[in-house]
Amino acid sequence: MYRYDEFDHDFVQARVAEFSDQVQRRLAGEITEDQFRPLRLMNGVYLQLHAYMLRIAVPYGTLNGKQLRMLGHIARKYDKGYGHFTTRQNIQFNWPALSDIPAILADLASVEMHAIQTSGNCIRNVTADHFAGAAADEVADPRPYAEILRQWSSVHPEFSFLPRKFKIAVTGAERDRAAIQTHDIGLHLKKNAAGELGFAVYIGGGQGRTPMVARKIRDFLPEADLLSYCTAILRVYNLYGRRDNKYKARIKILVHETGVEEITRQVEAEWQDLKDAELKLPEADIRAIEAYFAPPALTERPEGDQAVKLARLDSKGFSEWLDQNVVTHRHPDYAAVTISLKGIGEVPGDASGSQMEAVADIAERYAFDELRVSHEQNLILPHVARADLKAVHDALVGIGLATANSNLISDIIACPGLDYCALATARSIPIAQEISRRFASLERQREIGELKLKISGCINACGHHHVGHIGILGVEKKGSELYQVTLGGSADENTSVGEIIGRGFSSEEITDAIEQIVETYLGLRLDPQEKFIDAYRRVGPAPFKEALYAGEAKAA
Amino acid sequence: MKILTANRLSDGIAVWYVDGGWAETVDHADLAHDKAAEDRLEALGAQAYAANEVVDVNLIDADVVNGVVEPVRLREKIRAAGPTIRSDLGKQAAKQAPWAA
Repeated sequence: MYRYDEFDHDFVQARVAEFSDQVQRRLAGEITEDQFRPLRLMNGVYLQLHAYMLRIAVPYGTLNGKQLRMLGHIARKYDKGYGHFTTRQNIQFNWPALSDIPAILADLASVEMHAIQTSGNCIRNVTADHFAGAAADEVADPRPYAEILRQWSSVHPEFSFLPRKFKIAVTGAERDRAAIQTHDIGLHLKKNAAGELGFAVYIGGGQGRTPMVARKIRDFLPEADLLSYCTAILRVYNLYGRRDNKYKARIKILVHETGVEEITRQVEAEWQDLKDAELKLPEADIRAIEAYFAPPALTERPEGDQAVKLARLDSKGFSEWLDQNVVTHRHPDYAAVTISLKGIGEVPGDASGSQMEAVADIAERYAFDELRVSHEQNLILPHVARADLKAVHDALVGIGLATANSNLISDIIACPGLDYCALATARSIPIAQEISRRFASLERQREIGELKLKISGCINACGHHHVGHIGILGVEKKGSELYQVTLGGSADENTSVGEIIGRGFSSEEITDAIEQIVETYLGLRLDPQEKFIDAYRRVGPAPFKEALYAGEAKAA
Repeated sequence: MKILTANRLSDGIAVWYVDGGWAETVDHADLAHDKAAEDRLEALGAQAYAANEVVDVNLIDADVVNGVVEPVRLREKIRAAGPTIRSDLGKQAAKQAPWAA
C-alpha cells in the first residue's frame, strides 16, 4: 500500500505542529471560538452533543494492521474504548478532549495518518471500491488514481474554500461498489477498445436534502488527463457554484440549474486550456504511484478447496459465513472477506479498541497486512488464502465479529443520529438495532436475500437513506421522532433515488412497517432469485402502499 | 422555563449553568421563570463564552420533574443523559448504581 514519502511526512508533521499550537492558543484564550472554529474543522474536529468529535481520514478506505492497532490505542487511551467507522470510509471518535487532540494527531502521524480535510468546504477523503485490488471483476486497481487525487487535492490553494464540500469516488469495476453516482465527481476506471485505461466521468451526484443521481459528462477520459479534467470541473464549480445559499451550494445544484449539456460545454472549454499543460500526468508518475499498490505476492495455495470443503462439513456457522461474507478474489486460491460490524442488535459501524487490535492481528497474520473500511461501515480483509478462511472465521468468532449478514437486511448503514450528532433531528441507531433484532434469524434474512436498508437521522442523509432499497429518514415532528420510508433507492451502477412511500411512522411503529414491506415483497416476488430492488422496480410502490396504508383509508 | 447550557471549551463536555458556575449535570440548573431572568442567564452565557470557558451556549426549555430539572426537547434530554444506546456513557453512566452494572 501507499507509504508516505519525505514530503508527506514533513507535511503531516508540520500540520500537527501548527494545529497543536492553535489548540494551545485556543485553550489559553489567545484566539476566539470564531477564529478557531474554521481551524479545528480543517483538522477534523467537530463539536457534537456530548463532546468534541474527531474524524480521521482513511484514504480510499485502505489501512494496515499497525494503523488499525493505533486506532484501537486511541480509542482506549483518549476516548471511551470504541470508534465509529463511517460511510466516507473514515473513523470517528466521539469523546476526545480538545486538550488531547494534539497528542492524538501526533500518534496518528507516527503511523502515517491524519485528520486533514475530513471537514470543511474542500475536497474530502477520496473513496474507492473496498474490494479494490482484489476484485475479480475490476479492470485495474482504482486506488492509485485516488491517491493521485489525494496528493493533488491536499491543501490545494485554489480548492480549499469551495462553495461547499466536495466528494470524489472511484471504482475500477463495472459493478459499482463505491456508489460513484452519488458523488460530486464519480470516476469509473475502464479500458477503451485499444486497451488503454481511462475514466467515465460523472458529476453532480449527491444526497442531502436534494438528492440527485450524477450525470455522465464523458465516456472516456484518458488516465493522463485525470487531474486537468478534475481541475476543469472544480474551476467551473468554484466560479459558478452558489455561495448565497448553503443548501444550494453543492455542484449537483449547479449541474441541475445550468443543465448538463451546458455545464459539460463549460468544463470542456476550461479543459482545453489545461489539458496539455503541467497537469498532464506523466506515464512514469502514474506507474510509480501504481507500484505502491502492487498486490501482495499471492503464492499458490491450492489446498484451499479441500480445506474449505472439509470445514464446511464441520461447521454450519463457518458455512453460512462463507456463503455470505466471503467473495471471489481475482486469484482462485484467495478470497476477500467482509468483517461485519453489524452484529445483531449492535451499533452499525462501531468497533471496540480491543476488536480493532484483534482484527489488526488477523490482518497481519492471514491477510498480508491489508485492511479496508467499506462505505457500508464494515471492515474488509481483501486478500485471504481460502486455506486460511476457517482460521480467520474462528478468530472473528472469538471477538464477536463473525456475523454472516453481509448485504442482508441487518447489514444496515446508519448515521450516528440524535444519540451523538448536533445536526440530527431523530435517532438512527436504536431503529437500526430494533430492525436488526426483529430480523435476527439468519435463515429468515437469507430467505429475504439482498436488501440494503439505510437510515439517516436528518435530511443531510449521512446514512444514505435516499439510496437504500429501503430508506428510513428520521425527522422531528411536533417534538417527537417520526420516520419516513423511501423505497427503490440504489447506490450501484443503476443508481436511483428512493420514493417516499407515504406518511411517516413513529419509533414504535417503524419496525412493524419495515416487516410489512418485507412480507409484501416476499409475497409478490416472482421467485427467490428476484431481489427486493428488482421486484420493486417491476411492481412500483402500489402494493407496498396498499399493505402499509390500506387499512387507514378504509377506516377513514 | 429556561436553563442555560453549553459545552466546556477544554473537553467539549456538556454543562449547565448552576449557581454561579457550570455543572456537569442538569439536575440543579438555574431556572429562568421570566424574560428578565432569561436575559440575565444569556448575559452570563455570553460572558463565559467571551472568557473562553465554554462554547455553543444556548438557552433551552426545561421543566422540573420530581424535584430535578429536565430539558424538554429530546435532543437536550440526550445531551443531559448520554447516548440512549449506551447507558454506560455520558452523564447517565455516573448515575448508575455500582451494582446495576
